[in-house]
Amino acid sequence: MQPFFQEAVIPHFNFWIYVIIMMVGLWSVIAKNNLIKKLIGLSIFQTAILLLYVSLGVKEGATIPVLDHHALTESSPTESSEGPGKKAHAINPDHYANPLPHVLMLTAIVVGVATLGVALALTQMIYKDFGTIEEDEVLNQIKALHDDV
Amino acid sequence: MKAKIFASIAVAITGAVLLYAVTDFPRFGDPRSPANAGIGGGSPSASLYYIENTYRDTKVPNLVTAILADYRGYDTMFETVVILTAGMSIFAILRVLRRDDASGAPDPAPASSDPSIDGDHHRIIVGTTCRIAAPLIQIFALYVVAHGHHSPGGGFQGGVMLGASFILIALSGSLRDTLVRFGEQQYLRLAFIGILIYAGFGFLPLWVGRNFLDYGALSGLLMTSGEEMARSHSMLGVEIGVAMTVMSIMFAIFANLSTRGRLRGGL
Repeated sequence: MQPFFQEAVIPHFNFWIYVIIMMVGLWSVIAKNNLIKKLIGLSIFQTAILLLYVSLGVKEGATIPVLDHHALTESSPTESSEGPGKKAHAINPDHYANPLPHVLMLTAIVVGVATLGVALALTQMIYKDFGTIEEDEVLNQIKALHDDV
Repeated sequence: MKAKIFASIAVAITGAVLLYAVTDFPRFGDPRSPANAGIGGGSPSASLYYIENTYRDTKVPNLVTAILADYRGYDTMFETVVILTAGMSIFAILRVLRRDDASGAPDPAPASSDPSIDGDHHRIIVGTTCRIAAPLIQIFALYVVAHGHHSPGGGFQGGVMLGASFILIALSGSLRDTLVRFGEQQYLRLAFIGILIYAGFGFLPLWVGRNFLDYGALSGLLMTSGEEMARSHSMLGVEIGVAMTVMSIMFAIFANLSTRGRLRGGL
C-alpha cells in the first residue's frame, strides 16, 4: 500500500481529486431525480474540469503569469536599442505559471454561469407547466398526455 | 432505486478507467510536462511562446489578459456572444411581457409587498450597509477592468463584480429600486453595445486592409508610438466591451430568474 501511494497517488494527487469530484457530479446527474440536484451535479462536474485544467498549468517554484515589473524595466532600454530579439532571453518560462489553462478556464467559468442560468430558466418553466421538478413525475405526466391523444 | 444501482456501476467503471489513466499523466507541478514545455525535443508548447514574446508583442505584463484579448481574440469574442445568447435565451424562455398574466395566475405582488428600501424597517441595517458597499464594489470592479493589464483582472472578472453589485442591491433592498436605476432597456442595450465595441475593434483593422482583430493596425487611430501600444490600448477597449456585456447579462439572469420573468415583486 505504501509504495502505491508514493508512486501513483502523491505525485498525481490533483488528478485523483479531479476524478473523484467529477464522479460525484456524474453520479448526481445520473441518479438524482430532482432537476435542481441534477444541475448542481453538472456544476460540480464543471468544477472538476476547471480544477484539472488549472492544475495542469502549475509549475513548481513559479509565480502567477504576470510578468515582474522590475525585470521588465531593467531590460527595456536594451530592447528599444537592439531590437526585439534581445528581450526573449530575459524572461525565463520556468518562473511563470502556464497562462494558457487560466485563459481557457476564465471564459469557461463565466460561460458556465450563463448556461446554468439558462438551465434554471428552463427548470422554472418546467415547474410552471408541470407543477413539479421531479423527473419521474414530469415523465409520467408527459406519458399521460400522449395516452390521451 | 434501479437508477441508483445503475448510476453507481457506471460511475465506478468510469472512475476506475480515469484513475487507471492517471498514472500516465505528468506529476503535479512538473515544469517539463507536455502542457508546460511541449513534447521533449520536438515541438515546444504554445505557452512558452506566450511567456517569452507577449511583452515584446503587446507591452502587456499580464499574460492572461494578453492571450485572452489578443492572441485568442476570436475565442473571447464568441465566448462573449455565448453569454449574450444565454441572456437572450433566458429572455425568450421566461420573460412575460404582458402586464396581466395570460395564464390567469393572480399577481402575487401587490404594492405593499414590494417596498422601497427606506419604507421597510426590517431591512434598514442590511439595506443601508449594502447601499454603502455597492459603490465601493463598483469602483473596485472598474479598477479590476482597467488594471487588468498589470495585475490579475480583466473584463470578465470586473463585469461579474459589477453585475454582483447590482444583484446585491436587488437582494438587500428591492428589485424595483434597482430596476429604476438599471432598467431592462438599459441593460439589454448595454449588453449589445459591449459586443459591438468588441466587434468594432475587430472591424476597424479591416478598414486599413489588415486582418480582423489585428489591433496593431490601430496605432494611427489611437495615436500610439508603435503597434505594441496600439495592441495594449485596444485590449483595454475590448475588455470594457466584455465587462459591459457580462455585467448586463449577469443582472438580467438574476432579475428574470428571481421574478419568473415578470420583473416585478422578486425575492
